[in-house]
Amino acid sequence: MFDRWLHAFEVVFAPRILAFLGQGVVNTLYIAAVSILLSLVFGTILGLMRNSKQRVIQIIATLYIEIVRNIPLTLFIISMRFMTKLPPLESGIAAMTVFTSAIVAEIVRGGLNSIGKGQWEAATSQGFSHTQTLWFVIIPQALRRIRSPLISQFVTTVKDTSFCALVGTYELSFTSKIVMAHRSIVTAEDILTLYLLVAFIYYIINRVFSGFARRERGDAMKGVVR
Amino acid sequence: MTGPFSQQNWQTWFSDWTFFADGFLLTIYISLLALMFTLIIGVIAGILLCGNNRIILSFLKGYMSFFQNTPLVIQIFIYYNVLPKIGVLLSVEAIGVLGLALYTGAYAADIVHSAIKAVPTGQMEAASSQGFSYLQAMFFVILPQAIKIGLPPMTNQAVNLIKNSSVLAVIAGGELMYRADVWSGSNLIYGPTFVMTGVLYLVICLPISLLARWLEKRSVRNV
Repeated sequence: MFDRWLHAFEVVFAPRILAFLGQGVVNTLYIAAVSILLSLVFGTILGLMRNSKQRVIQIIATLYIEIVRNIPLTLFIISMRFMTKLPPLESGIAAMTVFTSAIVAEIVRGGLNSIGKGQWEAATSQGFSHTQTLWFVIIPQALRRIRSPLISQFVTTVKDTSFCALVGTYELSFTSKIVMAHRSIVTAEDILTLYLLVAFIYYIINRVFSGFARRERGDAMKGVVR
Repeated sequence: MTGPFSQQNWQTWFSDWTFFADGFLLTIYISLLALMFTLIIGVIAGILLCGNNRIILSFLKGYMSFFQNTPLVIQIFIYYNVLPKIGVLLSVEAIGVLGLALYTGAYAADIVHSAIKAVPTGQMEAASSQGFSYLQAMFFVILPQAIKIGLPPMTNQAVNLIKNSSVLAVIAGGELMYRADVWSGSNLIYGPTFVMTGVLYLVICLPISLLARWLEKRSVRNV
């Protein structure tokens, strides 16, 4: 019993396997990081568009957000991979950005709408234009409020990179699937050790993220005028 | 018209519509079963989280932390590859229900727990003063009120669960996304397949999302 676990450890923690999984970790982090940055930008734009006074812009943003949010990310990943000429990692990033932007847009909009009307009125009375009010008064306050929902969304985004395994992109989940097929991985103990190691790597990445979320929540409400 | 969206491609897709209809029904079937188990896990774990048994609490915290911070894909890989080796033979559908329920249950526990905490403590005290036991008070006084608070986020989780059921494609789950992947690959018809698959998911998810939004608005108005 104990022997088999020991053997599993030796097999899974072999330098070659670790190096291979390491490449998967690098790709996972790359897809996640770029997708997060891009969807932060596009999501904010979409969120602002949905709040726009211009009917056409508002309708376009609403349609985009509602349609994308209600379709599985996996479909975007498959479509991007098979219908565009993008290389694997980049097609994953494109699909994740399309999807995550819609989610981020809703978070941003929720944050903007939670700032009281009085803030707008006060800024206008001080001679701020619409854009100035948005930039210097509303957005700084909204940012503090949306920080923790945003960070939990990005934890989800890190996990969601694993969906790219469906199209054979060499991120952590797919590399682990390849390792699993190797002849040295045989017993239930071997497989369990392998996948628990992979789960643990995701866990660590996410705990670092949600650790941020938790630390920030403490002062999220400080200085916010309600 | 040529290209991925040619009429020929659409015709071929529609001639095989029953293949997708079966996947669509399986997605709904798996999601409903998983949702039922999710609710059971969520309610039991949510109530236990309100207690003060250290061992139960740290077990639940561990469960939620692990399942919320690791990808569903990896969890499914574990069930799919390890269970048969230790003599537990489950169908892919059963693995799907198990995986989705345990994953979404970790979020449901959080929702039920905070919904119960949002019910004023006076309610529990009033119920006890009227001779209700803890469990009686929980089921007849606290939970009915907590349902109103927890329903909107739980409805959102239901949408997530349905979308996540598409992950079963990685273990050849036979549900809608798997069929879209396999059929498009073997017929080399991507455009119509992906558009129609998207539409089919929208048909299930959009109404539930709108329901969630409506419930949210209503609960805000009532507060």
